[in-house]
Amino acid sequence: MTRRPRGVWLTLLLVWIVVYPLALVFLDSVRGDGGWTLRYVVEFATERREWSAMWASVWISVASVALAAAIGIPLGFVFERVNFPGRRVVGALVALPAVLPPLVGVIAFLFLYGESGFVARAVASLLNLDGAPWRLQGAGAILLVHAYSMYVYFYLFTRAGLARVDSSMIEAAHALGTGPLATLTRVTLPLIRPQLAAAALLTFMTSLGSFSAPYIFGGGFRVMTTQIVASKLNGDLGMAAVETAALAIVALVGLALLRRTQGTDLVAAVGKGTPPPARTLIRPLARWGAASVGWILGGVLLLPHFTLILVSFVPAGTWTTELFPPTYATVNYIALVTEPERLRPLLNSLWMAAVATLAAVGVAVWAGRLVVQRRVTLRGAIETLVNIPWAVPGTVLAIALATTFSVRAPWAGRWVLVGTFLILPLAYLVRNIPIAAGSILAGFRQLDPSLDEAASSLGAGRWRTLRTVTLPLLRAALLAGGALAFATALGDFVTSIVLYTFDTRPISIEILGALRQFDVGMAATYGVVLMLFSATAMAVGTRR
Amino acid sequence: MSDSFLELRNLTKRFGDHLAVTDLCVTVPQGGVLALLGPSGSGKTTTLRLLAGFERPDMGEIIVDGRDVTGLSPAQRRFGMVFQHYALFPHLTVGENVAFGLARRDSRERRTARVDEMLALVDLTGFAHRKVTELSGGQQQRVAVARALAPEPRVLLLDEPLSNLDPGLRERTRVELRAALAKIGVTTVLVTHEQEEAFALGDRVAVLRGGRLEQVGPAHELYERPQTLFVATFVGRASEVPAMLHAPGQAQLAIGGEWAVETPHPVPVGSPVRVVVRPEALRFAEQGVRGTVVGRRYTGARAYFRVRVGEGITLEVEAPVHAAQIGQTVGVVAVRAHAFPEKA
Repeated sequence: MTRRPRGVWLTLLLVWIVVYPLALVFLDSVRGDGGWTLRYVVEFATERREWSAMWASVWISVASVALAAAIGIPLGFVFERVNFPGRRVVGALVALPAVLPPLVGVIAFLFLYGESGFVARAVASLLNLDGAPWRLQGAGAILLVHAYSMYVYFYLFTRAGLARVDSSMIEAAHALGTGPLATLTRVTLPLIRPQLAAAALLTFMTSLGSFSAPYIFGGGFRVMTTQIVASKLNGDLGMAAVETAALAIVALVGLALLRRTQGTDLVAAVGKGTPPPARTLIRPLARWGAASVGWILGGVLLLPHFTLILVSFVPAGTWTTELFPPTYATVNYIALVTEPERLRPLLNSLWMAAVATLAAVGVAVWAGRLVVQRRVTLRGAIETLVNIPWAVPGTVLAIALATTFSVRAPWAGRWVLVGTFLILPLAYLVRNIPIAAGSILAGFRQLDPSLDEAASSLGAGRWRTLRTVTLPLLRAALLAGGALAFATALGDFVTSIVLYTFDTRPISIEILGALRQFDVGMAATYGVVLMLFSATAMAVGTRR
Repeated sequence: MSDSFLELRNLTKRFGDHLAVTDLCVTVPQGGVLALLGPSGSGKTTTLRLLAGFERPDMGEIIVDGRDVTGLSPAQRRFGMVFQHYALFPHLTVGENVAFGLARRDSRERRTARVDEMLALVDLTGFAHRKVTELSGGQQQRVAVARALAPEPRVLLLDEPLSNLDPGLRERTRVELRAALAKIGVTTVLVTHEQEEAFALGDRVAVLRGGRLEQVGPAHELYERPQTLFVATFVGRASEVPAMLHAPGQAQLAIGGEWAVETPHPVPVGSPVRVVVRPEALRFAEQGVRGTVVGRRYTGARAYFRVRVGEGITLEVEAPVHAAQIGQTVGVVAVRAHAFPEKA
């Protein structure tokens, strides 16, 4: 029988919206108006500014991993292994930076630690200074934001790893005469190495693609993502293409290098027992000392959230030199609901994120069905394709899509979508595919394949099986993947800034606009709304 | 064959270079129960999956009631299947599982009545609203049978139906399953690697090896008249002795001595053969092959003695418990033995 291999259509779709645009950018980097040229590549390679931006991207990412690990791993150990009053509540609060979309986290930091933020004003009034005591700018500021938002990866992964370490292995080490420190370095840490490596990979990729923090705080300090957007806005498209290609290559090399450190999951292979119970602190001093440190830490981590909420009640132009805003009112929220032009970005973000999420979930389910089936020749290809958008920074994807869909050439699969209402949902979709696929493919792998066969032997066709058996069983995975994808798309800034049009401007672009007009209250209001939607989506997604 | 309801014609399936099933031909009469028996890798599960329609054969046809169903999808075939791990839908109740295959155009009352009827058949009346995850392994197995039978399948397929049950429960479930199949009278094909299961459930047993059919027939026929060396040794307990056929029906054993043998396939006189003999066909005697008793395994009134008769050759003899002592030198004679041509 000569039949078309299964999965051909999905493979073609993914190649068209993921690989093809990337390939076109690579081509554009060696092509000019007059045909093939190495002009832009040479220009890139000889320009000091380009090299320093690239170097900045790399070292900022490495330093972010180190900082996030230094904060997140000890926190993970403390909250997993030590019991003190308030452990559960504070343990949950510690993960809260995750509900701040990147741009919202950045503006919260701006209002809190920026040169006219609360902390700077407090210090200035305490010391009777005339000007701001510091400027929140450059590499230090970027690293601060990265450390704050990315230690969560290390924290959560460390806890997840520790929760699976069998207590009998620790006891065996102790019984063999190993001290606590040696047990930690020779048994516990090697056992959770896969989790730590995964957290490192996630942090590295996130900070390499980070755009909001360098954009707002960078000042003259350029990283590759901001450099690309600057070239694009200057109309220097050939240069933008080279920069995009270079960043994509660095991302893929980083991914490959970090993947190699991951090792195999040994715990899954041998561990069957339970983790050691958390040690309860008994002495009152230790107990309450730990509790107060925990609560203070929780408070510090929540400060950005509180700041955002506080600032959102500040009417435009009322807060100038005072330590705290003198006037509070709900005008911003009222304006958001009553003024159509204020409401528009919110509605835009909602519908675009919803459409992109539904489509991404659809693609992930399609991929999941194929990936778990025996003898689908293309399943390896499909698994790789759905993960590519995760492996390249958002800026790269945005430039790739902008390049591909600004030309009309139907025979080559290219239409003019840039400038239409379609381009942003498409970009969100591409970015959402790996996010949705992560949990949905895992869900499919846990399904017993004979359930599918049972349904079909009982006379159910493909659609009925999907509707009555597969999807109900995948409910938790669908919700988790969909919610995470929705929250990501809703808060997206990095692709939006490259591709938005005035009519389809999303919330993040409006936040930027409000900041430019010094309307901090309105910017914060959008930030609060985004934060609430993200938190709700996360809560729905993690419900079992 | 005029009385064949289900017919497998020259069925062949290959995975890459590996031939999983080769040129398989078997028939099952209406209401018959065929057991596919073989070691792992013998192609029995592939055969079942071909029947269910989960795999497409590379060659050959599957005929049901005179109609070729090879090209039909699993859903169109109307074959019921009981999976090895049951594959019950965990998000549905027992009743919803059983009702899953019923025609949706039927009225709710008719479907409920059918579900109740099926649950009564497997002795689970009143379980319709339970969650399947709350059931014991044996109950889940019965729900799986009820679910497969509910849509009145033309053929019922059972994949290792008892392998997931405790040994104690297995015996009872086997009797109940046998009774349920007899009552419904559905044509059945089951797969097992356990001879006891195949003999108890199947009215005919097909022995597979390496994707090929070795022999098919009623249990006693396989046991008493094995057609191949593989069937003789795989079905039931047996000892093997290398020998030479020195006259028709007479084998000269390599360990000395001479036994009368049956030869299912003609073997030229003077060629090497392998003699297969069952424990109950061997007797202790004054004369016969000499050997030393090296082991004894009790099974109650009778015991199995292991008698070492030569370098690397041991005979298993069934005899009364006190017939011999360990270390004793004995003689062994064969009442009945089969000889098969030695593989080249």
